[in-house]
Amino acid sequence: MNKKIQDAGAAGDDESRRDFLLLTTGLVGTVGAALSAWPFIDSMNPAADVLSLSTTEVDLSPVETGQSITVVWRGKPVFIRHRTEQEITQARNVDLAELRDPVPDEDRDIRPEWLVVVGVCPHLGCIPLGQKPGQPRGEWGGWFCPCHGSQFDTSGRIRKGPAPTNLVVPPYRFINETSIQIG
Amino acid sequence: MITSKSAHPVVKWIDERLPVFTFLNRELRDYPTPRNLNYWWSFGSIAGVVLVVMTLTGIMLAMQYTAHMDYAFDSVERIMRDVNYGWLLRYLHMNGGSMFFIVVYIHLFRGIYFGSYKSPREILWALGVVILLLMMATAFMGYVLPWGQMSFWGATVITNLFSAIPLVGDSIVNWLWGGYSIANPTLTRFYALHYLFPFLIFVVVALHLVALHMVKSNNPLGVDAKEPQDTIPFHPYYTAKDFFGFGVFFLVYLGFVFFAPDFFGEPDNYIPANPLATPPHIVPEWYFLPFYAILRVVPDIEVFGFILVEAKLAGVILMFGSILVLFFLPWLDSSKVRSARFRPIFKQFFWIFLADCLLLGWVGANPPEGSFVVLGRIGTAFYFAYFIIIIPLVARFEKPLPLPSSVVSSVLNEKKGERS
Repeated sequence: MNKKIQDAGAAGDDESRRDFLLLTTGLVGTVGAALSAWPFIDSMNPAADVLSLSTTEVDLSPVETGQSITVVWRGKPVFIRHRTEQEITQARNVDLAELRDPVPDEDRDIRPEWLVVVGVCPHLGCIPLGQKPGQPRGEWGGWFCPCHGSQFDTSGRIRKGPAPTNLVVPPYRFINETSIQIG
Repeated sequence: MITSKSAHPVVKWIDERLPVFTFLNRELRDYPTPRNLNYWWSFGSIAGVVLVVMTLTGIMLAMQYTAHMDYAFDSVERIMRDVNYGWLLRYLHMNGGSMFFIVVYIHLFRGIYFGSYKSPREILWALGVVILLLMMATAFMGYVLPWGQMSFWGATVITNLFSAIPLVGDSIVNWLWGGYSIANPTLTRFYALHYLFPFLIFVVVALHLVALHMVKSNNPLGVDAKEPQDTIPFHPYYTAKDFFGFGVFFLVYLGFVFFAPDFFGEPDNYIPANPLATPPHIVPEWYFLPFYAILRVVPDIEVFGFILVEAKLAGVILMFGSILVLFFLPWLDSSKVRSARFRPIFKQFFWIFLADCLLLGWVGANPPEGSFVVLGRIGTAFYFAYFIIIIPLVARFEKPLPLPSSVVSSVLNEKKGERS
């Protein structure tokens, strides 16, 4: 009889011991499984060779005043416009209160004659027209997106249409007088 | 149906419309399992885990791999160097292949030792052999994809096996290749099939499990579990045991992945495929070595000086025959006693057979010259003699030891023996 009582006591201790073991091993196992999912997920992020393509150098010397060029940066078009005096004045003399996404033109360029923007419409990702002579540039002389009719001014700012923000200015710097590095 | 009143109303609602919970309950929780299964029985579920790991890593690799003879090798190197954790995914997949075969071979030899292929488990066994064949095809095609020297020449040698078929052999080989040599069409079709076959394996594994749950697990004693006391519910007893097995397995598997990732590989496969130069010594992956040995050592089969079957064709027939013979094992072994524990003579031959398979593997890894050819021929002869002569004869003439009356009586007797 004595032994029976001992057994019963042991069984009670056992139960809480087992619950503890089940809980802790279960927890460690779950956390481990969750962590081991990371390499699988991360393998779909941009790989090293993709990241290494994230800067582009551009020689600006052949671009005459009034001309535009399109270069590729991270697989996306970047518009570079050598702006005329008239276009610069037009961009700078805007009442910021008129703008949907108010940013002064001074904050959108390093040198006023060069405007560098990512050529992807912030609405749904189409490429706006206006780079080539003869393409529509919209009412504000910048770019016109053919997909849903967004219009941008000579500073690449949204003026009319569904796009919520201005054309994005990518990070870039002048490496010398006539060339820039984007990214 | 879940009749328990404690079931959550949502669970109940779903279960009355789609009985998933009833199914899981019956097959993974209450499923009656012999109470005496040892760790050799963990290898089936470990194989299932490896299949899942192989599928997951394989899908991630497929997102990065380029199936084109000009880009395949470089795309694998890109996975190794540039893709985030690409080295890990590839090494998991590469070593996972080897682990899969180790686990499945242990599973298979366990089946042979404990007589798990005998009535009523013949179809269960046959489905297992089908899985093995599908695995071999999948592994072979996967090995071609990195497009290294061993990939290319392994593919050349193995596909050329089919040229041994009389009359139509060459046409079949050209059909397999999609050309007159291993080239881009071969690579793209191997890639497509390497992606398809694992899903076929999943289907056959599902059938394997349906068959298993129909006839229930064998056990180390090989006597049927009849009484309720002979069995315990699968959960928590065998879920816990299996998870412990997974833990040990992953220690070994990840040990290779992290500390010796190229242990099972051939250095030659890091040289891009060159159709104009064969490496001096071609060997398949280790898990094919015994079969490769059989292929190479078979001579012309002559009857009274006439060549009945040429060596090339005979080698191919025996190589495929060495696996196909497994299908007939349930009928070759007519002994009513399943477990080798009660079959003293069968047990000895089992270990000789296992040693013979290892010997053939060793022969397969060495050049087919001199004494290796002789050893290989002896090994091949014993391999087939084991199935076709030894097993039927032993079944007939062996006097098995007395069987325990039930699983539970044997287990309790053992316990008593330990105490006294």
